[in-house]
Amino acid sequence: MKALSKLMVMVVPVALLFGCATTDKTQGGEEDMAATGAETEVVTPPAMTEDTSAGAEAIAAPGQDGGFMGDPLDDPDSLLSKRVIYFDFDRSEIKDEYREIIEAHGQYLAENPGVRVVLEGHTDERGTREYNMGLGERRAKSVRRYMSVQGASFSQMDVVSYGEERPVAMGHDEESWALNRRVEIVYPGR
Amino acid sequence: MRYFIKISALLAALVLTANGQAALTIEITQGVQGALPIAVVPFKWEGSTAEPPERIGGVIAADLHRSGRFSPLPPEDMLSRPSESSRINFGDWRILGMEHLVVGTLRELGSGYEVRFKLYDVFRATQLTGYSIRTSEKRLRLTAHQISDIIYETILGEPGAFATRIAYVTEIRDADGTRHYSLQVADADGFNARPILNSQKPLMSPAWSPDGTRLAYVSFETGRPAIYIQEVVSGKRILISHHPGLNSAPAWSPDGKRLALVLSKGGNPDVYILDLDSRKLRRVTRSFAIDTEPVWSPDGSALVFTSDRGGRPQLYRVALGDGKVQRLTFEGRYNARASWSPDGKYIAMVNGDRGKYRIAVLDLASGAMRVLTDTALDESPSFAPNGSMIIYATEIGQKGVLSAVSVDGRVHQRLMLQKGAAREPAWSPYLQ
Repeated sequence: MKALSKLMVMVVPVALLFGCATTDKTQGGEEDMAATGAETEVVTPPAMTEDTSAGAEAIAAPGQDGGFMGDPLDDPDSLLSKRVIYFDFDRSEIKDEYREIIEAHGQYLAENPGVRVVLEGHTDERGTREYNMGLGERRAKSVRRYMSVQGASFSQMDVVSYGEERPVAMGHDEESWALNRRVEIVYPGR
Repeated sequence: MRYFIKISALLAALVLTANGQAALTIEITQGVQGALPIAVVPFKWEGSTAEPPERIGGVIAADLHRSGRFSPLPPEDMLSRPSESSRINFGDWRILGMEHLVVGTLRELGSGYEVRFKLYDVFRATQLTGYSIRTSEKRLRLTAHQISDIIYETILGEPGAFATRIAYVTEIRDADGTRHYSLQVADADGFNARPILNSQKPLMSPAWSPDGTRLAYVSFETGRPAIYIQEVVSGKRILISHHPGLNSAPAWSPDGKRLALVLSKGGNPDVYILDLDSRKLRRVTRSFAIDTEPVWSPDGSALVFTSDRGGRPQLYRVALGDGKVQRLTFEGRYNARASWSPDGKYIAMVNGDRGKYRIAVLDLASGAMRVLTDTALDESPSFAPNGSMIIYATEIGQKGVLSAVSVDGRVHQRLMLQKGAAREPAWSPYLQ
């Protein structure tokens, strides 16, 4: 599972590169893109670009997965630095693009049984406040369930719902709503 | 002669300048054709100061105007200013098309005040009612509201709801983003607002006890949602529910002895009933869905609640005797947050349709549903204790505001908070 997910991280940006190449009309664009590879700006969620070879190459690697010496939770380049999971309107299923992040946190918790995490569930402002308390909790529990599959124990994971009470974006439009439909992964004291 | 009411922000301004600031100002955004013309003559002041401590006539006129059922005559249009003890020249009032006339006197006593008033039928030139009321300075506005209730009921044959209160949550955000939450109680006209709880963490779902002395609410002050019950006058409070998971949506039984609430300690949000004496919990719903927002029928025999057991949130009714559950709403993809009318005939709710969330009313007998508002982010409907108006929360511009609409949808009012956002209004019961 681990090897497969790493492979996918490499494959996807490359696939998008080719995608860009076919739509790029300037001369020599195709060549340039193939040559520069990871330096090209590809429109993907940040999680993927940070795992491209350029990032890994820049760091000397005496360790296993990369050279960061210290608690993986504090590594700004690791998946563990991603602490927010976003959801579709009225849904609580984990979207494909966030599975990796949750897997990383789940594995970290499995490897560090003394570490506790709080999963805070949120919704956008639409609909009623108390129903949204239920929806926020459902989202947080969805993340918790996926982490437990990676080996995290339920005693490590607390679930709190804030419903629509703690938005990060104040607009009344889809842009703001999308930012509010989230679960925040919080390591108390870290 | 019938008057046609036009939008009148001027009247709201009059209410403000009367005595002190209102935390909430009221704009009638849509009035009613056919509202009854009435003249409330400014009450005569018999006291030692130049100005009276309260303009009783002004408070009464504003109350009647706010109901949307009356069109009070501006004092500057009055041909004479009789008081409660004067002889009335009914011709002065028939000329102006008035159907009713209110006259009164506010008299200073050794300690406290006396308010006397009379209500006349102008056409028949007869007195319909009149009272003399002893009161204190603190209770002058309440006395005026009680007189408004008497006038309303005498003319319309239905009880008024002017001497009632509202509870609501406010949120103020500092420039640096810090949020301040407050649970407030105000008179139904927005005056005398005072905080009963301030917090840096969210507050939700205030609910009045049936005797109007306590509020149950949800507070995040411990870091997760818990339910408290607080005495409005003394401020004394108890933590009544803090199970793991949600503690949510408290609703008082009509006899005040039990609280319906929502707990998720069983795996997902379900409706429970807590006996306030024994603290015993009775589980009412048991499903894999979100079951929440319970409300009691006025006779205490059933609950209506929101559930997405059918896929999307809809309203369901559960009979507390045999536990049978029956779906109530079928129109629209989203129906939630019920409020039951005091006469048991109507359920107000939030209806979501094509991206708009509006207040709708379901007639339980006929099954007909009527949408009452045309804004887009409405929530938290709450019936007045006389069943005539529904107060709710909405967004105007970037601001959370409280609004009220009559059950037939014809009269609209907006209550503007001076600072910050207001939401989750709860209309009190009749106060003792």
